[in-house]
Amino acid sequence: MQRDFNHPSIRQIEKIIDETPTVRTLVFSDDLLSTVLPGQFAMVWIPGVNELPMSVMISQEKGKAAFTVRKHGMASTALYNLDAGKLIGVRGPYGNHFDIKEGKLLLVGGGTGLVPLLRLLKFIKVTDNVTVLIGAKTKDEVFFENLANELLEKNNHKVIVVTEDGTYGKNGLVTEIMEELLQSTTFNAVYTCGPELMMYKVVQLATSKGIFVQASLERMMKCGIGICGSCCVGEDLVCRDGTIFDGKHLLANSEFGHSHRNKAGIIENY
Amino acid sequence: MKPHLSTSIGPIQIERPTMLASGILGISLDVFNRIYKSGAGAVVTKSLSKEPWEGYSNPTIFSVKGGGWINAIGLSNPGATYFAKMISQNKIVPIIVSLVGSIPDDFTFMIKQFESCKVLAFELNLSCPHVEKVGLEVGDDPELVKKIIKKIKSVTKIPIIAKVGLGTTHYLDTVSAAKDSGADAITAINTLRAMAIDVETERPILSNKIGGLSGTPIKPIAVRCVYEISSKYDIPIIGCGGISSWEDAVEFILAGASAVQLGSVVGDNWLDVFGDINNGIMKYMEKKGFSKIEEMIGRAKRF
Repeated sequence: MQRDFNHPSIRQIEKIIDETPTVRTLVFSDDLLSTVLPGQFAMVWIPGVNELPMSVMISQEKGKAAFTVRKHGMASTALYNLDAGKLIGVRGPYGNHFDIKEGKLLLVGGGTGLVPLLRLLKFIKVTDNVTVLIGAKTKDEVFFENLANELLEKNNHKVIVVTEDGTYGKNGLVTEIMEELLQSTTFNAVYTCGPELMMYKVVQLATSKGIFVQASLERMMKCGIGICGSCCVGEDLVCRDGTIFDGKHLLANSEFGHSHRNKAGIIENY
Repeated sequence: MKPHLSTSIGPIQIERPTMLASGILGISLDVFNRIYKSGAGAVVTKSLSKEPWEGYSNPTIFSVKGGGWINAIGLSNPGATYFAKMISQNKIVPIIVSLVGSIPDDFTFMIKQFESCKVLAFELNLSCPHVEKVGLEVGDDPELVKKIIKKIKSVTKIPIIAKVGLGTTHYLDTVSAAKDSGADAITAINTLRAMAIDVETERPILSNKIGGLSGTPIKPIAVRCVYEISSKYDIPIIGCGGISSWEDAVEFILAGASAVQLGSVVGDNWLDVFGDINNGIMKYMEKKGFSKIEEMIGRAKRF
């Protein structure tokens, strides 16, 4: 039977890559998910546990896709703890994608927020000049630095790691380093994914300089197809209208950078 | 002259015959505004309970291979009090508030919360098939339905719609109980109890195991129910169940519905579906020479 992408397709985890003591990448074969656009996500079923929205991670092998997960809550920890050979279900791909511009590009990622940004690197032109800012709390939690450099091998590029405790790379917050960069350099586009307060600052900084900026939002999700309403941010549904939104649009939304909804739909402040 | 899309469901008047069904979207006023602008004649809220409910864990919804959807969201909602506060500023959108509860006092408590809100009607969810002690378990008890509606009628003048589904009691008995106790209209039907098992993992996919089937597969059943209710009782009906095109909407109207609700199709076709279906109905009316929706209601019963 033809694949129904709104019904969980069962996939076997083939390989696990330890990225940091708390982050792993789970690789599996899936032609459809291997070719999704940067920013698109899948609903990932961990049988007997839960189902989570996950941005689809790239794999360097043809026909393969991956999820990069940080153990955090019960569901993400269960996904993190799955061994090779275990089964997961995938629905999707869902959502829109980054609007890929050309020229001087700045990517700002925090933690697993790097996943859609790395996929974006697969779609850029060799003539683009790319700066990637990777934010982490500490040295042990830095990942994807080598992968970003590899993907940008042919480009004029810089990968800058920033740790909050200064144990690796630059010391501080990615947004502080971004602010410094913007003083001397201008960019044609900024793309960001990571903690919302970080993205809020990134969007503000880029917008104040008149630079095109897009952010990938995360919200509690149930359906992934725009009917349950769980992921609404003001009038926007993250699963259907996003997850990628233009900075200008986001700054006009009073919930962005300020609040999100809990499982019951009650607004909670960050 | 152009036909009119406005319609009356008893005392409830709306400008267009397509509504957003309960449970779909509907937890933020900004989203309601957007749906209304897309062409919905009214929006029905998620079913609200006395206290906030988180609903079930995921997976809560997925499509059925071959057509339709199965869901068990578990009536997640922020609670009537919070919700009433949220919509208190609403002036534009015709909102029908869906309520779910177990006893008459649950409903009257919630209705009181909406005293300062502009509410077009209350729709009582007597038919959610996958949450214990509410929904279908209430609808399956016609005596309880009577008690609930009579109590509600004693505290509010806002129209009451009873949303019925297919449970263990004959749904026509629930319709009869609702009508006798003063309900102003009936919405028929809700999702149908269903489940799906994944063969690779050998387990039910929904975290709640059992949920409700919606979408195109249930449409013929829903049409039959609307037809039966309208043939047996003199009460306005809102048709709901698997409508995905203007033809489907017209079919429900011909069966006896005064308006229709759209649910799963929003997931398939997104918000344009309201305008598209309204336009389709309009063109059909022009072609057939109908000037009002009213002229079409129940025409299939002539035969």
